[in-house]
Amino acid sequence: MGFFRNLFGGGPQTAYAPGEGSVLIPRRSTGFQHFTQAILRPDGQRVLDLGPTSSSNIHFLTELGHKVYNEDVLMAANESRLIVSGEAEDGDTIDVARFLAEDLQYEPESFDAVLMWDLCDYLPEPLVKPVVERIHQITKPRGALLAFFHTRDAGPEAPYYRYHIKNEEALELQQGPHFKLQRVFQNRHVENLFRDYTSIKFFLGKENIREVLLVR
Amino acid sequence: MWKSRDEKPLTSPNPQPLAPVVPAPAPAPTRTVETPRMDTYRADVAHIGKSVIIRGELSGSEDLYLDGEVEGNIDLHNHNLVIGPNGRVRANVQAKDVVIHGKVDGNVTGVDKVELKKSAMLNGDINTQRIVIEDGAFFKGAIDIRKAEPKVEASRPVAQAAAAAITHSTPGASSAVPAEKK
Repeated sequence: MGFFRNLFGGGPQTAYAPGEGSVLIPRRSTGFQHFTQAILRPDGQRVLDLGPTSSSNIHFLTELGHKVYNEDVLMAANESRLIVSGEAEDGDTIDVARFLAEDLQYEPESFDAVLMWDLCDYLPEPLVKPVVERIHQITKPRGALLAFFHTRDAGPEAPYYRYHIKNEEALELQQGPHFKLQRVFQNRHVENLFRDYTSIKFFLGKENIREVLLVR
Repeated sequence: MWKSRDEKPLTSPNPQPLAPVVPAPAPAPTRTVETPRMDTYRADVAHIGKSVIIRGELSGSEDLYLDGEVEGNIDLHNHNLVIGPNGRVRANVQAKDVVIHGKVDGNVTGVDKVELKKSAMLNGDINTQRIVIEDGAFFKGAIDIRKAEPKVEASRPVAQAAAAAITHSTPGASSAVPAEKK
């Protein structure tokens, strides 16, 4: 955590417009390396990127010959249209039905692979399970899913990063808009959340991130 | 009795030596809205201003700069389209090169190239040979990169013509997706 504070000045976090964080932090990613191996052949696969629009991701995936779909789910989940005032005991809640009706709208088994990044850690609580179920539904059997999860050591103020693909085994992290880390999953929580998947592999990454490669 | 107050002259009769000029501190950097460089303001480019609203089919055989609102369809065939920062389009768009600064809800086909500037918001699918996306652009949809068809010219060998047809574009911080796939 101290590393992040030093890097970004240590002050309170400010809201960034997408793309405003100028520092790119390189990081090797074993999980992504395995993900790339899984989608290498044949070309023409459909890959869904659930992070913010990244030209390098689009470049990398289309260079492999795949068709890329992009949907920034976290941005959509935090839009004011979804907030229902005063229904929950502790204030506002999220209109899950509306989210599912308007977002992640794809035919079942549409995608060969999904890049989920660390979406689950930042999603509002009511959306976590429905989003994971929807992603399972729209992924083809044997389709791959790459997800990242913070460890407890990351701390509650862990900044939100956009992930840019650098090459087959490395990513670049760029600080994105300010989203609050909502929770930290333990391994058994991750296994439980993705219990419908046939295979799950954990990789311990850098900076208190676990990388998880799942096969539907 | 009352002395009238001496009015100070506007300028000192004995001019003082000029103090060294200290440059004013530079204003804090602010995020400016990029004004698209308007090669589109050329006389041969049709211009639709920001107060114009069009509903229906919009087609033409010249380049178009669109800063207004269009609902329907836009088809410029082999000509270029720039959607300005005030442009609001709810339409399927087809043109040779498409540059988007504003907001588009609809599918975009760029025969040669589609370019999303940092202020662009696109909800829809992209079908093109090359794509350029600036950091900060919002995009929700699918991207299908078409393989470039090699142009065959009678006077040149086929391989040479094919090589000439493939171009790469990497303006500034954005990256371009070339047409050919590995």
